[in-house]
Amino acid sequence: MQVHNFEKVWLGAALLLIVGFIATISYGTVGAGVAMVDDSGGQIDPQAVQSGETGTTFDDPGIVKENESHYVVYVVAQQFQFVPGSGDNPIRVPANTLVTFKVTSADVLHGFAITETNINTMVIPGQVAEVTARFDETGTYGLVCHEYCGAGHHTMGGSVEVVPESQYNATEVTN
Amino acid sequence: MVFVDEYPKTSKLVRSEFVVAFVALGIGALFGIVQALHRTGLFRGFVSSADYYTLLTGHGVLLALVFTTFFIAGLFAWGVANSLERELPQRTAWTAFWLMLTGTVLAAVAILGGVFGAPSVFGHDLEADVLFTFYAPMKAHPAFYVGAALIIVGSWIAGLAYFQSLWAWRSEHPDERIPLKTFMIVTTMLMWYISTIGVAVEVVVFLIPWSLGLISQVDPLLTRTLFWYFGHPVVYFWLMPAYLVWYTILPKLAGGRLFSDPLARVVFVLFLLLSTPVGFHHQYVDPGIPEGFKFIAMTNTMFLLLPSLLTAFTVVASVEHGARQRGGEGYFGWLRSLPWDDPAFSGCMLAGLMFAAGGFSGMINAGMNINYLIHNTLWVPGHFHLTVGTAFALTAMAISYWLVPQITGKKLQRRSVAIAQPYVWFVGMALMSNAMHRAGLAGIPRRTAEPTYDEFAFEGLVGTVAEMRLQIAIGGLLLFVAAVMFLAVMAETWLAHRGGRLSVNSDFPAPLSGAEHSPRILDNYKLWTAIALVLIVIAYGPPLAAMLADGITVPGSPPIPV
Repeated sequence: MQVHNFEKVWLGAALLLIVGFIATISYGTVGAGVAMVDDSGGQIDPQAVQSGETGTTFDDPGIVKENESHYVVYVVAQQFQFVPGSGDNPIRVPANTLVTFKVTSADVLHGFAITETNINTMVIPGQVAEVTARFDETGTYGLVCHEYCGAGHHTMGGSVEVVPESQYNATEVTN
Repeated sequence: MVFVDEYPKTSKLVRSEFVVAFVALGIGALFGIVQALHRTGLFRGFVSSADYYTLLTGHGVLLALVFTTFFIAGLFAWGVANSLERELPQRTAWTAFWLMLTGTVLAAVAILGGVFGAPSVFGHDLEADVLFTFYAPMKAHPAFYVGAALIIVGSWIAGLAYFQSLWAWRSEHPDERIPLKTFMIVTTMLMWYISTIGVAVEVVVFLIPWSLGLISQVDPLLTRTLFWYFGHPVVYFWLMPAYLVWYTILPKLAGGRLFSDPLARVVFVLFLLLSTPVGFHHQYVDPGIPEGFKFIAMTNTMFLLLPSLLTAFTVVASVEHGARQRGGEGYFGWLRSLPWDDPAFSGCMLAGLMFAAGGFSGMINAGMNINYLIHNTLWVPGHFHLTVGTAFALTAMAISYWLVPQITGKKLQRRSVAIAQPYVWFVGMALMSNAMHRAGLAGIPRRTAEPTYDEFAFEGLVGTVAEMRLQIAIGGLLLFVAAVMFLAVMAETWLAHRGGRLSVNSDFPAPLSGAEHSPRILDNYKLWTAIALVLIVIAYGPPLAAMLADGITVPGSPPIPV
């Protein structure tokens, strides 16, 4: 098969680009520690989430203190709100502390993204999405449902308030 | 000889496929402009925000599924008849057409029912506001799923007609190489058969019985995974016909000939191998799927860049050769010698240019961890309006200026409108898509009627949100104008009287490096299909087995209305 010399050079450059992309992504995973959303959150019966009978913290979702440096936020996404998160029920977490979000759905697919951060996951009925992060900066962050979930989808937002560690009141923790 | 006189039966088939495609394009474009004005907040008087999603579903289904599939069926019918020099088997081809049309009407009626208050039909609300991804457990009327299934089955039978033609040709030409166009078409269809199995199982085994109440629940992660098993290859089902045009017709329009037949075959074989085992890159941020499977899909996706990068080289080299034949000189000066006033040529070139930009934004999507930044933001539709919305759609419109005269025998009417049309589309898309990409970087989500929230406001990273909205609205308006220009030219050409000699024909010059230089193994479909299947088993076997092992419909969701 005849391959023109220019084409051989182009082919080599293309392969270099591809291998380079894979290398940078591998570095992001192994070196920089960017973990992917995966199956670590486990499964849950979506119909039990709907009726509040899972026997887990999702029946009364909120924030659980694991220890001084780690909080877990349980969120139920449903048509068309995050509980907690939407309206006048923002998620309040301390800065510079590990925060794990565990999110599941009571009905259809939803999205869970916190603006200006890398926190971005699908919320799929039957699965618990688990994302761990640390907020370096205090302030109010937007919370967005980014997957179409029905006629009121565009109203499904919320907020996350990150407060200084010293001001974080453990009594706000619901469990 | 004009194609319509040489192959009158196939010409009638191509005309029928194109009519459906163009009607879908017109309605889809109308929905598109309503959406662009609505979500940017410039004008919300056409529909309520709840009904926005009905139009959004219609826009996606009519443009991404109906316009594409029917146009491709027409283009492929022409390509097979032209390169094998025979009429298509009529019974098979028309069976396919009527099945696909029935499916389209069923799905369209189900969707449009949503605008008319979702009346109860056969015991189910007639609506299908589920978007073109129809993720369970959101439920549409059963007619929507049945329609989708008929479109898929119809496309399978359309493919059978190409195979029947190839087999008949093969018995008469046992030792000849498969002509390039037919090679590309058959390779595309093999990829299509392999990948549509996913959506066929999703719809027929799960969603139809579930929507009828025959089974009580489905596993949303499993049905979503089956959808994306099909959902990425489908973009190559759109792209490969555009590549067929760029490889086999565009060089001639540029005044030259294809640079390399062997490389073109290699590119299509690579698509057959790599198009399917990549679907998890649409599920990078899905819970329930281990990271390792996402990594395998990422690696395959990156290698899928290779055939497109090779195409960039071959197409540009072929066009440059054409320009030099026309007297073009210099490193870049040859660009001036190209026929930029031929809408078939300029449309394909502008489509290719935008596809390059879309390719680069696609590399970000494919980058597993950087994808966190833009997943499900407006960046994503910004990306695919460059790929399916321009690389495919503009190429389809451009080549219609060249092909429709040949399947009707009528000269192209309103030539000056046709000459301007690809440039209007290009400018409109440049405005809309760049703003959508930037809005995505600011975190603004896709698929929403009103991207504003009570709890917080978005801030643009590059430019302001108000400026992005304006660009999206103006861009959308220009795209709608371009679609109307195209349809007006087509309608006038169609209704014109025959007369005079056509300036276009379906005779093609031989490639610079012909099929005789390409190894025969490239035409070994059994080998490539087998390797493609092995790659799919590696990518999909373990995760699908894990999803099925805990019960096929567990964890399960009942149907939930929108």
